[in-house]
Amino acid sequence: MTIEKTKDDNILKRLLHSQMIIPLAALLALVVFNLIADPSFFAITINQDSTGNSVLAGQLISILNNGSELAILAIGMTLVTAATGGQDISVGATIAVAGSAMLAVLCGGNMRPDTLAAPIIVAFLFGVVVAMVCGAFNGVMVAVFKVQPMVATLILYTAGRSIAAWINNNALPIIPADSGFGVFGGFIPGVPIPTPVFIAIACFVVIFLVLKFTSLGLYVQSVGINEKAARLNGLNPTFIKWLTFVILGVCVAVAALIKVSRISTINYQTIAADIEMDAILAVALGGNALSGGKFNMGSSILGAYVIQFLTTTLYKFNVASAALPAYKAVVVIILVVLSASIVRAKLSAIWKKIRSPKQAEVEAVK
Amino acid sequence: MKENHLVEMRGICKYFPGVKALQNVDFTLRPGEVHALMGENGAGKSTLIKVLTGVYEKDGGDIYLQGHDGAVSIKSPQDAQDVGIATVYQEITLCPNLTVAENMYIGRGHSKVANWKQMYTDADKILQNLGIPVSAKQQLGSCSIAMQQMVAIARAVDMDCKVLILDEPTSSLDESEVEKLFGMMRQLKDRGVGIIFVTHFLDQVYEICDRITVMRDGQLVGEYEIEKMPRVDLVAAMLGKQMDDMADIKGDYETYAGADADQMVYEATGLKSNAAVYPFDFHIKKGEVTGFTGLLGSGRSECVRAIFGADHVTGGSVKKSGKDVKISKPLDAMKQGIAYLPEDRKGDGIIGSLSVRENIILAAQVLRGFLKPFSKAETYKIADEYIKLLDIKTASADTPIASLSGGNQQKVILARWLFTHPDYLILDEPTRGIDIGTKVDIQKLVLKLASQGMSVTFISSELDEMIRTCSRLVVMRDRHVVGELTGSDLNQNKIMSTIAGGEAK
Repeated sequence: MTIEKTKDDNILKRLLHSQMIIPLAALLALVVFNLIADPSFFAITINQDSTGNSVLAGQLISILNNGSELAILAIGMTLVTAATGGQDISVGATIAVAGSAMLAVLCGGNMRPDTLAAPIIVAFLFGVVVAMVCGAFNGVMVAVFKVQPMVATLILYTAGRSIAAWINNNALPIIPADSGFGVFGGFIPGVPIPTPVFIAIACFVVIFLVLKFTSLGLYVQSVGINEKAARLNGLNPTFIKWLTFVILGVCVAVAALIKVSRISTINYQTIAADIEMDAILAVALGGNALSGGKFNMGSSILGAYVIQFLTTTLYKFNVASAALPAYKAVVVIILVVLSASIVRAKLSAIWKKIRSPKQAEVEAVK
Repeated sequence: MKENHLVEMRGICKYFPGVKALQNVDFTLRPGEVHALMGENGAGKSTLIKVLTGVYEKDGGDIYLQGHDGAVSIKSPQDAQDVGIATVYQEITLCPNLTVAENMYIGRGHSKVANWKQMYTDADKILQNLGIPVSAKQQLGSCSIAMQQMVAIARAVDMDCKVLILDEPTSSLDESEVEKLFGMMRQLKDRGVGIIFVTHFLDQVYEICDRITVMRDGQLVGEYEIEKMPRVDLVAAMLGKQMDDMADIKGDYETYAGADADQMVYEATGLKSNAAVYPFDFHIKKGEVTGFTGLLGSGRSECVRAIFGADHVTGGSVKKSGKDVKISKPLDAMKQGIAYLPEDRKGDGIIGSLSVRENIILAAQVLRGFLKPFSKAETYKIADEYIKLLDIKTASADTPIASLSGGNQQKVILARWLFTHPDYLILDEPTRGIDIGTKVDIQKLVLKLASQGMSVTFISSELDEMIRTCSRLVVMRDRHVVGELTGSDLNQNKIMSTIAGGEAK
């Protein structure tokens, strides 16, 4: 056997053994399905939007656009999952809280302002602080008081949307269309690609830089795998768990900015409804154990877009939005069963059996 | 089977994959006796108990019970309960959120309707008879651990048990609680109940037991009457006296002879932690190898955990290289150049699914800081260096540590701490459960590091290992430091008599 061949083997093997294989396989299945059912799914056209800009349109663009919030949340959810072995189910509600806070600052008490009461950056930073406080609250409950993450975050899950409504006295502030706030959920004049895509990419770049130039990944995984050993290596597991919730808070604020900007107002009950389940699903679809420990950030992000791909496909085939969760549930069942260790062991045994005659041949040739 | 035997176990064998957990073990229990079952870790005590209580199925041998013709078959804990064998484990296995009475009757109800009034009256009567000062209506969780244990015993007694097994019941009790427990045991003894008492505390054995069975490495060492068994002989029986045929390696390495050889590296006075150990003093000089010895549960691990700040330190003063320092958490100790290889490799040491490489750099990375991670290339270089230095057998630096053998995992953890370049290294049972070759490697490494000026504290259950490596031994018994041995006192007999105490010769 030549050296090059071994290398080739390794790349294939590495891909097969990598976590990425799960979301990639799911993505491939969706692509193949759409190609067969209706190839026009992949068409990309240039349209004129309401302000006369030429912008890209098509299902693929809409997947990239609408998947942004989910992908951004998947970043924080991956870290929380890895460190605590639990999930934050309050992200949808805290998006409402952060979004409402941003609107309150932008409108300055007047529900129908003609101009913005404060610069957008100030409103955004205020939203970030609010979302971080929510995250910090969840973090304290989980890391300090050792409440199960799902139970701890159930508090804000239940109360969040009421708090959001209370911030604006249950009124619906509307941002004037010419204020420029719509850019974050729409298009930058002259740019054909939706802005949320750029924001999402910026978030990915930031988290990959953070993972590369700090020890966050090593610390989070160590705490998630063996908290006691992590402590004996000088780490502070309580702080690290808490930190992941705060980071998720930042992700929530960015997602809230996009969500609120898309419609220039807010609906407290429906904004980002059920997004927490999709975010958790993205982490799972990325092949990350929901019980914590090792994680692969890229895989989670890919998982988020696969879910958006699925949602968009279902919409394309006129599945009623009320029926969507049922279809998603089917996917979840398949996924959970396939990633269960018992099934995996069985599958790899079958795989070995299929391969072994071939290998015997190779041996014989030698 | 003899008339006066309550339980007779003959030629019991139990195998696990790759391990002979019990080999041809005999055990007898008489009515109305307290019988101590003793041995160090891995001796097979708990396996034997689990065979008797039906948790494990035996692979060979027979069990006879008084009142049963022929051998009885105990295939499940329920079977054991039916023939009158009750067990109280170290960890309470009752439900803390139910009442005392509910706990006493749970899982035993034969009638479909619970008569609560009757149940509480009955329970109160039993508790009163046994002198347990709790009310049947009290929630179990609100009682002290000792009381909970006694309720568990009361439950067993009410089930008409003839054999009561107490698996390390005293390890979390204080002295007055132990006294209460013993009072109750004596009462049961007078009623003819046979009690099997598993414990590590020598004083307690001599206070309450009638006979002792000692096990070692899955085999029976012997059965002894308590009056005819001096403490020293008991300790010798438990530890095993035979020297294995490893050469004396101490002579191969010179002791550290630098100008600062007398410098005190670490000094603690009245150190105490929230773990079960009494305040102790300890010091170590540059290039010195010291050991903590004592039976399991004597507090030797708790001492070094307090030094490293692994347990919550509650008092005492510490000097590191002459300077007053405060060590309250592991990071404090690491910053002072102290490294600690924990006893429980799996639970406290390895980060299972991370790679060998990540496991090696972890502690040094934490010391270096969050914002200064080693680059990937650096970590590979470091990992390869230590894999070579310590001869770690792994497929690659990227292999998850959990898939390595125990000895190689231990070497990785050792590499982790060596890479922090400590001047004081604590090794708690570094040689447990690893092959003999690696054991010698680790002992040689300890001596080599010491000859280069590192101070090392070495703990091992195997006395000859300690004698081979340490120049000074701190001896512990029942959570107290009871002696310190150096020079010609470092021999098996002297060590064992110090561990045994009471009747030192």
